[in-house]
Amino acid sequence: MSPHLILQVVAKLLIPLIVIFGFYVQFHGEYGPGGGFQAGVIIAVAVILYALIFGIEAARRTVPPVVVRFGAALGVLIFAGVGVATLFMNGAGEPLNYLDYDALHPDQGHHTGQHYGIILIEIGVLTTVSSVMLAIFYAFAGRVPDIPDEEW
Amino acid sequence: MNHADLTQYLDYLLIAMLLAVGFAIVRLRNLFAVVMLTGVYSLLCAAWFVSLDAVDVAFTEAAVGAGISTVLMLGAMLLTARESEPAGAGRHWAAFGVVAAAGAALFFAIPDMPVYGDPESPANAYVGRDYLEQVPHDISIPNVVTAVLSSYRGFDTLGEVVVVFSAALGVMLLLGFGTGARRREEGED
Repeated sequence: MSPHLILQVVAKLLIPLIVIFGFYVQFHGEYGPGGGFQAGVIIAVAVILYALIFGIEAARRTVPPVVVRFGAALGVLIFAGVGVATLFMNGAGEPLNYLDYDALHPDQGHHTGQHYGIILIEIGVLTTVSSVMLAIFYAFAGRVPDIPDEEW
Repeated sequence: MNHADLTQYLDYLLIAMLLAVGFAIVRLRNLFAVVMLTGVYSLLCAAWFVSLDAVDVAFTEAAVGAGISTVLMLGAMLLTARESEPAGAGRHWAAFGVVAAAGAALFFAIPDMPVYGDPESPANAYVGRDYLEQVPHDISIPNVVTAVLSSYRGFDTLGEVVVVFSAALGVMLLLGFGTGARRREEGED
């Protein structure tokens, strides 16, 4: 039996709540404090907590480093891609501007395009930030063996 | 008026705790305790930011400063020693001189600062007021911070995301991707 049984049970309860809170911060960022940066860090923390309690190898099987590397670049591409999309989706007939979200939706009265744009780029921010935090953690943690029992 | 008077004492308490934690970090040599105390320091900063109504900054400080940084510092600590070497007394005096000079300069600058919460202060008066007035018409979302960050300053935020990405790129190029069995089992060096 693992010597960290209590930690493992508590972590298993906490990790789903941390992830849900991360997504709440992500999609509630228009109304309350938070946004893609904070949500990305919180979701990365959930995986890092898993790695600390269950070992780095288990975390690598759950979130492989190749996914992390891919995600770090994908988030930047989503953000920059929204900007490129606004260049071509000129619904309102106004001059074309990079990252001008009003172009994303013809409904100018309720600023629906702004809401779409903010949600889309926040998803890009979330993807990059959570992946980058995990990549840095993997790079550090991959250089040391797992924490020996006497250091707990 | 009463409200401001009460939170003022909370601010004093938090700043006093920040000072105490700062002195403890300077005095301690056990690196594990130092790393944990830097996390405590960030958390106290976050609490203070909440008291200053800067909830978004507080959130970031709590998540990044107290969360991720502590874990990364622990990971870095595992690669090195557990205790720091004592620094020579000469360095103490040099550091004290720098700190005293910087502190004196800050105290010299205090009379030029606007009163706390002054609506006519430069930070609140020009662009800040424009944003507060325009966001309901331009963006119509309640959180002005998100509106400025994502929409008005979207290009800057794209730059920030690229900076975060290149940070990961730099770490991965320096330390490897952390995938292989690149493990130092040999010794402490």
